[in-house]
Amino acid sequence: MASRNNKTEKIVSRREFLQKTASVCGLAAAAGLWGYTFYSKEPVRRSDTKIYTFRDYRVEDIKTYPHLAVVKGTDAERLVRAAVDKIGGIGRFVRPGDKVLLKPNVAWDRQPEQAANTNPLVVAAVVKLCLEARASEVWVTDVSVNDPIRCFARSGVEDAVKKAGGRIRLTAENDFAATNLKGESLKIWPVSRFYHEADKLINLPVAKHHSLSKCTMGMKNLYGSLGGQRNRLHQDINTSIADLATAIRPTLTILDATRVLMRNGPTGGNLADVFIGNTIVAGTDLVAVESYGLRFLDLKAEDIPFIAMAEKRGVGISDLKSLNIAEITI
Amino acid sequence: MMAKLLTLRNIRRIYAVFFFMLFVLLMWLTGFRRMKGYETPLFIELDPLVAIASFLTSWTVYKGLAFSIIIIACTLFFGRFFCSWVCPFGIVNQVAGSIFNKLRAVDTVALNSYRPLYRLKYYILALLLSLAALGSLQTGLLDPIPLITRSFAISVFPGVNYNSGLIYLKQPIFHGGTLLGILFLAIVFANRFLPRFWCRAVCPLGALLGLLSFSPVLRIWRDVDRCTDCRKCLAHCHGGCDPDAALKTSECHLCMNCIEDCPEDAIHYGLQKPSSSVQVSVDASRRRLIESAVAGVVLFPVLRSTITSKTSPQDRVIRPPGSIAEGDFMRRCIKCGECMKVCPTNAIQPALLEAGFEGIWTPILINSIGYCEYNCVLCSHVCPTGAISPLTVDKKLGKGQGQKPLKIGTAFYDRGRCLPWAMNIDCIVCEEVCPTSPKAIWFETVEVRLRDGSLKKLKRPFIDTNLCIGCGICETKCPIRDRAAVRVTSIGESRSVINQMILKS
Repeated sequence: MASRNNKTEKIVSRREFLQKTASVCGLAAAAGLWGYTFYSKEPVRRSDTKIYTFRDYRVEDIKTYPHLAVVKGTDAERLVRAAVDKIGGIGRFVRPGDKVLLKPNVAWDRQPEQAANTNPLVVAAVVKLCLEARASEVWVTDVSVNDPIRCFARSGVEDAVKKAGGRIRLTAENDFAATNLKGESLKIWPVSRFYHEADKLINLPVAKHHSLSKCTMGMKNLYGSLGGQRNRLHQDINTSIADLATAIRPTLTILDATRVLMRNGPTGGNLADVFIGNTIVAGTDLVAVESYGLRFLDLKAEDIPFIAMAEKRGVGISDLKSLNIAEITI
Repeated sequence: MMAKLLTLRNIRRIYAVFFFMLFVLLMWLTGFRRMKGYETPLFIELDPLVAIASFLTSWTVYKGLAFSIIIIACTLFFGRFFCSWVCPFGIVNQVAGSIFNKLRAVDTVALNSYRPLYRLKYYILALLLSLAALGSLQTGLLDPIPLITRSFAISVFPGVNYNSGLIYLKQPIFHGGTLLGILFLAIVFANRFLPRFWCRAVCPLGALLGLLSFSPVLRIWRDVDRCTDCRKCLAHCHGGCDPDAALKTSECHLCMNCIEDCPEDAIHYGLQKPSSSVQVSVDASRRRLIESAVAGVVLFPVLRSTITSKTSPQDRVIRPPGSIAEGDFMRRCIKCGECMKVCPTNAIQPALLEAGFEGIWTPILINSIGYCEYNCVLCSHVCPTGAISPLTVDKKLGKGQGQKPLKIGTAFYDRGRCLPWAMNIDCIVCEEVCPTSPKAIWFETVEVRLRDGSLKKLKRPFIDTNLCIGCGICETKCPIRDRAAVRVTSIGESRSVINQMILKS
């Protein structure tokens, strides 16, 4: 008896047989090609991500201007303008069409009076100056320790920058690019990609106390360019800071000492710990600015190992007596 | 032209789209930069089940929950309109059901006919309300508004952000988030087999609104003289309420589809006519209802005869700042996830079994993911039920005469893992980030002898228990990433009388 499932396959014609054989051969060849192309002794494919290096943001050194401008007074914007004018004016640092990146310290969810972040008036004044020098774009960024959205909003920096015409750029997770710092303890680290997109970098630190490094000013402020697990840097903080200062050479450093956090840094929180310094220090030599700023925290250059380390590497000069410092009061 | 477009069905669609967009908008607004005093938990406040169940557990109708009276009153007049006009989850289910069944050859009349299965939701409601009356608030597990709010906060928004990066600066992650996402998708996918399966068979809020629409004033009516029994009215019926026979008012969502689907003009919305068909009210067995309520009475001691955060303090149950004492907290929290959406550091996470079975999806802080931002009180302002009561920053930080800062836990050092303690390596990142002033983390500078005999000066950290507020930033930022060398547990939390360790503080 025949099967009940009695449907039979159609007889294949010669043409169909050749076509089918050809397509099977084609598939087999494709499989061979696939294996040949992707054969590897590595279990995963290693993609060569581009490793960036920092560009040198500095401008030509002109000896006729003082090394440092120190301006005392109460109106933050006027202080910044006077300090920048004293060392050659913003035109010396920012060329028309430049993309300028400002790096204030906006690490903490604190209000301006608490002096944990750079004074928003100082940041805004620099934004205005850059725009007056016809910078094509002025970006303000930091990799904050607290929630960055809160930090920029509550520090007053976001509002001040937007009003002045600048742009806040917060660093999202995919905004970091592997960068070789070529340092002693810092080699390849994720760095905010805005540093590689900008033509000029203006460092806008605030003068603060810090328990481990004793002070945080212009050099430690460069921490805020890094992503990744930067809390490990504390294990060799002096070398790390010196490495950062060697790798990143800002166009200009303007130290905000309008308010100085004397104790409980770098977070602060208590107004009793804030000293009203009413001073702006500007200069192209990061080490010199740093050394000058130490006086606000009652410290000396000898106390701070990373200053000596950076000086030894030729980043700048810490001996203030050998420098031409213009001190004015307005 | 306008009259043709502005049919009842289209008006309902406009409402549905409006309320769904409003829901998404309010969820999106639930964040630090965007809140600005909007009534972000509005949908939860409109939900009568939240108001009634939390009333049963704690005898108060808390603040905004009084908005639910609007829905209760309107339902008494108009019937169960909420489900197809307002409820964002009902709208999601409706849209999913029509998409899933659009291109398939399905018998929509059969799918939209009433089934005895739809009685299940009344029994679920009876069980949940009897648990609530005994003091265990579990409605939030199945109540559609907390459910969709939680699903959006924990799955949908993070999922959309994962692909687009548009919503958050940093991709949020959630403890057991996958489970919540899969549950949400499973409920939505159930519409493939039975349109609005959730709304018709499971939804306890639908059941409550069904009970409230036992005799609405305005209804859908079928004219028995005109009707030819073609059953075309079932083609797009949302509720499965039998408009072709004796309409079940408790199942009817007032979707208005049957009116236009009727070729004989036999169905109208409004007041009864002499030729209107008979109707049926709630179709649930009284005996089953009582049995379900009794099941709650039996289940209650089972839920309570286990270790929970209420029987004894649990180290990992660190509640958001402003949370009321644990017993009251569990009586108020409906697990909606609003606090998890608003937390800027992603610290607030849905618990799994940390707080016991009753505490599933209640908020806890997981400091390896985030920490409590010192100046932030957002979670206390989005909580619709007062489980987290509103705080001012000054109150949280204890500013003002004789005030103490609010403590949510206490940090402890694990000296075997801490770099300066265990390995003589400089660190004190915890001290740097400690937000209190003066800092709760202090250090001693000691001189230690290293393995090679050399001397090294080192700072070793300590916790000042009286100053520590338990914010957990030290744990989050500790470089020992997998299991931090400084960890916060709930001991010492201000809200608890028993979870204390120090005699004098």
